[in-house]
Amino acid sequence: MKKNLLTRVIIIAIVTLLGLTAIFWPGRMPTRNDFTAAGVNNILRQNINLGLDLRGGSHLVMQVQVQDYLRRVTENVYNGVQQAARDLGFDIKEARPEISGDTYRVVVVANDTSRIQEMREQLPRRVNDFDPSAWTSSVSGNTVTWELTDAAKTALGNRATEDALKIIDTRVNALGVTEPTIQAHGSTNSHQILLQMPGIDDPERIKSLLKSESRLELMKVVGASSPAGITTYPTEEAARASLGGTVPPNRRVLPYDERDEPTAAGTTRQPGQASSWVVVESPAVIDGSELRTAEAVTGNPAGGDDAYQINFTLKPAGAQKFGAWTAANINAYMAVVLNDRVKSAPYIRQQITDSGQISGNFTKDSANDLALTLRSGALPAKIVYLEERTVGPSLGADSIRAGVTASLAGLVLIVLTMIVYYRWSGINAVVALLLNTMLTLAALIVFDAVLTLPGIAGIILGIGMAVDSNVLIFERIREELQTGKTVPSAIDAGFDRAFVTIIDTHVTTIVSSLFLFVFGTGPIRGFAVTLVLGLLANLFTAVYVSRTIFIWEMSRKLSRHGRVETLSI
Amino acid sequence: MFQILQNVNVDWLRHRKVFILVSVAIMLGGLASALARQLTPGGTEAFNLGIDFKGGTVVTAEFKERPAPEAIRDALLAKGVSEVIIQPVTDKPGEVLIRLPQMETTETVAQQGETQVDIGRKTVAEGLKTLTGGVQVEANQPFPGEGNGFKITGTEAVGAVAGAALRNQAVAVTLLALVGILLYIGFRFEWTYGAAAVIAVFHDVLATLALFSIFQIEVNLTVVAALLTLVGFSVNDTIVIFDRVRENLRLHRRSNLYDLTNESVNQTMSRTIITSGLVFLSVLALVLFGGPVLRSFSLALFIGVIFGVYSTIAIASPIMVWWQQRLEAGRAQAPTAGSRGGGGQRQRPASGAKASAAAR
Repeated sequence: MKKNLLTRVIIIAIVTLLGLTAIFWPGRMPTRNDFTAAGVNNILRQNINLGLDLRGGSHLVMQVQVQDYLRRVTENVYNGVQQAARDLGFDIKEARPEISGDTYRVVVVANDTSRIQEMREQLPRRVNDFDPSAWTSSVSGNTVTWELTDAAKTALGNRATEDALKIIDTRVNALGVTEPTIQAHGSTNSHQILLQMPGIDDPERIKSLLKSESRLELMKVVGASSPAGITTYPTEEAARASLGGTVPPNRRVLPYDERDEPTAAGTTRQPGQASSWVVVESPAVIDGSELRTAEAVTGNPAGGDDAYQINFTLKPAGAQKFGAWTAANINAYMAVVLNDRVKSAPYIRQQITDSGQISGNFTKDSANDLALTLRSGALPAKIVYLEERTVGPSLGADSIRAGVTASLAGLVLIVLTMIVYYRWSGINAVVALLLNTMLTLAALIVFDAVLTLPGIAGIILGIGMAVDSNVLIFERIREELQTGKTVPSAIDAGFDRAFVTIIDTHVTTIVSSLFLFVFGTGPIRGFAVTLVLGLLANLFTAVYVSRTIFIWEMSRKLSRHGRVETLSI
Repeated sequence: MFQILQNVNVDWLRHRKVFILVSVAIMLGGLASALARQLTPGGTEAFNLGIDFKGGTVVTAEFKERPAPEAIRDALLAKGVSEVIIQPVTDKPGEVLIRLPQMETTETVAQQGETQVDIGRKTVAEGLKTLTGGVQVEANQPFPGEGNGFKITGTEAVGAVAGAALRNQAVAVTLLALVGILLYIGFRFEWTYGAAAVIAVFHDVLATLALFSIFQIEVNLTVVAALLTLVGFSVNDTIVIFDRVRENLRLHRRSNLYDLTNESVNQTMSRTIITSGLVFLSVLALVLFGGPVLRSFSLALFIGVIFGVYSTIAIASPIMVWWQQRLEAGRAQAPTAGSRGGGGQRQRPASGAKASAAAR
């Protein structure tokens, strides 16, 4: 008996020590300050992985608009096919993209069926980035139709989401957010991304920055090549009219955001409305993927707030292409196009090789943000925010205070009740309970689980349920004593008989918590985790530790009185 | 020993009809309330669904000097927000919760690709600015010395798609949890015990939801968490009694199930009272001190714990007894049935005996 007791005490002591270390060890050599109340507070804050609802921060769920990406892919094929028909001399009546719902098609209508099979085979070959395995082609009469396969749609959608995730990762890190969490969210088909940013309480700027598409293209402006100015059109229709009514595939009509001249007469235009329209050559000479760097600089040293601009440089391959092109197009105008809007149209005076500028009405912040998004790469598709939860720091601190107060209040009530009702055995239960709480906290830290406000509620509930185990055992012991058993055998019987019930009740609660864990996000998961950890710790404390205390009590009474007659329960 | 209940000997099962009537009444009341609310034009919804399920925005704003709710409502109305709920926070004089339902996207806003999530918070900020003369302070900055100002200290915005998805998930998970429990108890005892336990737990969840509907307490994600916890707790209670029944069946082979179940309930009554009391106390601590964020959660648990205990005695036990007896009546042969003392039937839960043999 004595040896048994010693082993038990040693095991419990080791576990307790490990638990305390996990909670209070600051991760470095302890200093004097660590022993003050403030020091302990700091260590706890450091060790415990607080959730956003306690620490303060922003939780965003965004969705990648994969259909935009697929639409662009389809339009790229459409443009390519149209151009290829022209180049190869096929006489076609009409070519058009057909995008509706979930179908993406490119349709070519020929004048007759004579060369239809040729068209079907040859046209796609000349399209950039055409992946034959992604499209099925079919011929019906004098119409060839290419349709995007389901497998391709899924694959492209997933790739778009992955690319978007990487770009958002780059952007968030470039912003200097501490310890962000960025990961895929929900099922793969939902194309959702979860972003958690601790410490950020005003995510508006970050949200616009993350959403920004930042597609940069450099294109040649169509029109007169003279230093006098570029050819602009007052409306979109006028621009299109200059091309003969419809826009051919090698041209695009884009709005031009001219800088507001303070001396210009007339109305100030709305942001978003173009002052004029230009026609540019398509495809672009250079696009954002060939950017090496982008930086915001002050354009005019004496300039005011909106005198910022972006200086960018190109990678070697792009620089070569750009150099050749500018050399061949001196005296023309180059359109700097951002997200399908012409920001500026500088005059090409001489060959430019590897650098350029984007100027517009940029403030310091907007210039920096744009430079950042250009550096990170363009998003493959639009991002839309589905969910946002932001907790400011004061709200977080309030929640911590509420949670801790409720925990302590609950603990005090339970302790008092147990002592009053079960007397010295009540103290046995209290010791087990305190150990349980401590071990739950330690387990949380060791597994680096996140503690949320519902998580604190989970600890409180765990205490309530843990005490149930003690009550089951004690009530059983009382019953056995009443039937006339001796104290030691009553204690044994109590533990043995109650054990089965304790296992059953713990398993069922753990089962329902597992469902909670699988289903829930963030705070709810935190609740499930703390509850399960508390119950597992309880199996150790309520059974092993409580019994050890009883054994110790028995051996003490035996050595003092030689027998055990009564039990304070 | 200090014992509050000694030798309890109540015939619980005798009142089972009353119990079932009470339960049915509560659930009918809940159903009636839900339907009435849903169907009356201009009335409230069946459930006060939080934004987690309905979509919408909740903005927590802190004012230096909080204006009256009507002023806030008018200011927001001027910005085009009609159905807004203003909730001044009672224990913090400057704070107010502003709830907006799903907002329609207008053309210009849609051009910039914003969705509900962005509109709600922006509109609220615009509206509140008109009340403070345009002064909005960053969340971690102090208020200006003169004049009023406000900060947005917290935002929760859920788009309609996410809301509907969460709602479906919540229902699915609750049903799955019930199935899981049915399987486990069916395995440890007999399937009739499992079925009785699940019916009791299902009743608890529905009754809690019924009260939530009648009193229009907000149902959000944390309430679902509370309901799932309640499932675990209620089953615990039921298991303790079923365990005792199983043990008594082994010890007293002659008694009938009806008497045995009553006896089991009485024997475990003091444990039930103490445990439920203690869980109740910890939930009470949550209700009183847990703060507004956990309010719905704590209330759900509070109601649920009460129902949990009630359902074990009033629902699970009678159903189990009735079902077992029906089964045995179907299986037993006529001559040997009534010849033993007590006039009842012999019950032998095979899996129960197996399980308790394993425990020895």
